[in-house]
Amino acid sequence: MNAPLPLVATAGRIALDRVSIRVGHGPDAFAAVEEVTLDIAPGEFVCLLGPSGCGKSTLLGALAGHLAPSAGTLRVDGADVAGPSPERGLVFQHHTLFPWRRVIDNVAFGLKMRGEPRAARHAAARELLALVGLDGFAQRYPSQLSGGMQQRVEIARVLLGQPRVLLMDEPFGALDALTRLKMQQLLLDVWSRFGTTVVFVTHDIDEALFLADRILVMSPRPGRIVEDLRLPFARPRDAALSTTADFAALKRHCLALLHHDAPAQPLPRLTPLGAPDVHALQFAI
Amino acid sequence: MRVLRPNPVAWVLPAASLLASVLLWQLLASARPHLGLIDFANAPSPREVLDAGWTLLQSPKLLFHLGHSLWRVFAGFAAAAVAGIALGLAIGRFGWARGTLLPPLEVLRPIPAVAWIPLSVLLFPSSEVSMMFITFIGALFPILLATVHGVEGVDARLVASARSLGARRWRVFAEVIVPGAAPAIVTGLAIGMGTCWFCLVTAEMISGQFGIGYYTWESYTLQNYPNIVVGMLLIGVLGMGSSALIRALGRLAMPWQGAAR
Repeated sequence: MNAPLPLVATAGRIALDRVSIRVGHGPDAFAAVEEVTLDIAPGEFVCLLGPSGCGKSTLLGALAGHLAPSAGTLRVDGADVAGPSPERGLVFQHHTLFPWRRVIDNVAFGLKMRGEPRAARHAAARELLALVGLDGFAQRYPSQLSGGMQQRVEIARVLLGQPRVLLMDEPFGALDALTRLKMQQLLLDVWSRFGTTVVFVTHDIDEALFLADRILVMSPRPGRIVEDLRLPFARPRDAALSTTADFAALKRHCLALLHHDAPAQPLPRLTPLGAPDVHALQFAI
Repeated sequence: MRVLRPNPVAWVLPAASLLASVLLWQLLASARPHLGLIDFANAPSPREVLDAGWTLLQSPKLLFHLGHSLWRVFAGFAAAAVAGIALGLAIGRFGWARGTLLPPLEVLRPIPAVAWIPLSVLLFPSSEVSMMFITFIGALFPILLATVHGVEGVDARLVASARSLGARRWRVFAEVIVPGAAPAIVTGLAIGMGTCWFCLVTAEMISGQFGIGYYTWESYTLQNYPNIVVGMLLIGVLGMGSSALIRALGRLAMPWQGAAR
């Protein structure tokens, strides 16, 4: 891939002011995120790092507009977040490609919703597919791709909307180690071209250290930011970074933070759409 | 799990089993045993059935009966498909539809379609329409139920992604909910097609003047015993064939379903 272009992002500022989020219904509702205040600069790559169930995905869901905060304000470029929008693209841990659409039409979906003619949206989709290295797979169905390829298509689909903010919920968590490393490289490469703000949720310290400009460490439920860590590593980065002494020192520091706060029992994973199992079938017939 | 290997003589066992069944039938029909609970005195033999079938095949009566039955099934099934899919999509997706439409349907659902026959004869002056109504009732609930389940089974994350990509309410419905529920709907249609034939044949026996169910019953009253079995076999073939047709059309409409790596 080419060397990253110097890019100065102007859009994609995120501002949270004492944001609290409750998930679940009725007596099962609980505070997943409590009083989070933070600012993310345009073009910044931020990792939310924390134990499973700490509310980092919940925070991401609120940024995407799928969950409403119970208190506080949440703004992107000065405007309150009210519902989902292509400007805030969301990538889930497992792909959400439409099984009934070919890869090219999955990627072009956002443009279809905007009413672009077929030829124009296919041309744009092809360009992005090439960028994520999937030129030859436009006519496949998602089920015909490997897990890593599916996530690449998912990223291409979100990028086509030219988002100001890219929200990623452990997007490589379900991939094998080697594929994950390749995907991290690919993401950094794509990010350096687009210059969007990235908020990347992970519980993998190595991943956060490798990717981020800045790591926000969260406490177990209810999630709070317990540490705001700026990483000194130069870009572009490569796999050798993880063998340096600085990297090891920061990793120890993060481990200590996570261990210090670890709950007695691991909590169930939350999703950007709320508590697990809120969509249980309630069919009477 | 045992892996079934492609076997060059895989058809031998099923064919032998079928042949043995026909032989047993021939044996019972020719020996005409009286076994207390069951009496084979009037049972037609395979040979007689074959002859009767051949005669029917050459007579214009066959197309006449078949045409009537096929038309009734088509009309009842098409109406049930339209109503079942439309109601199912609405009930599965919208709370207001569930609240208003579901209660009366739940009351009607446990009533077998056949139990509707007397009332439908009273309701519809034309016996033709009353028979279509019975096939409609028979197919409606399997289709409705499968559609509702299909809609509820659509992954909430797909809906969330579509909305994040800029799809509004009706686009989400058309682009995500309908194709997401499609496999379940096709299954419901295939099951509904089966119940359609079941209901039609019963309705024709009671209030019909033509049709393959009427033919079967008429054969009994006219003591053309071999024709009873001919009618039965025809009904089986038609039911199986039309369900297979639905599934084949479903595969054509959903090419992604068979897409393997």
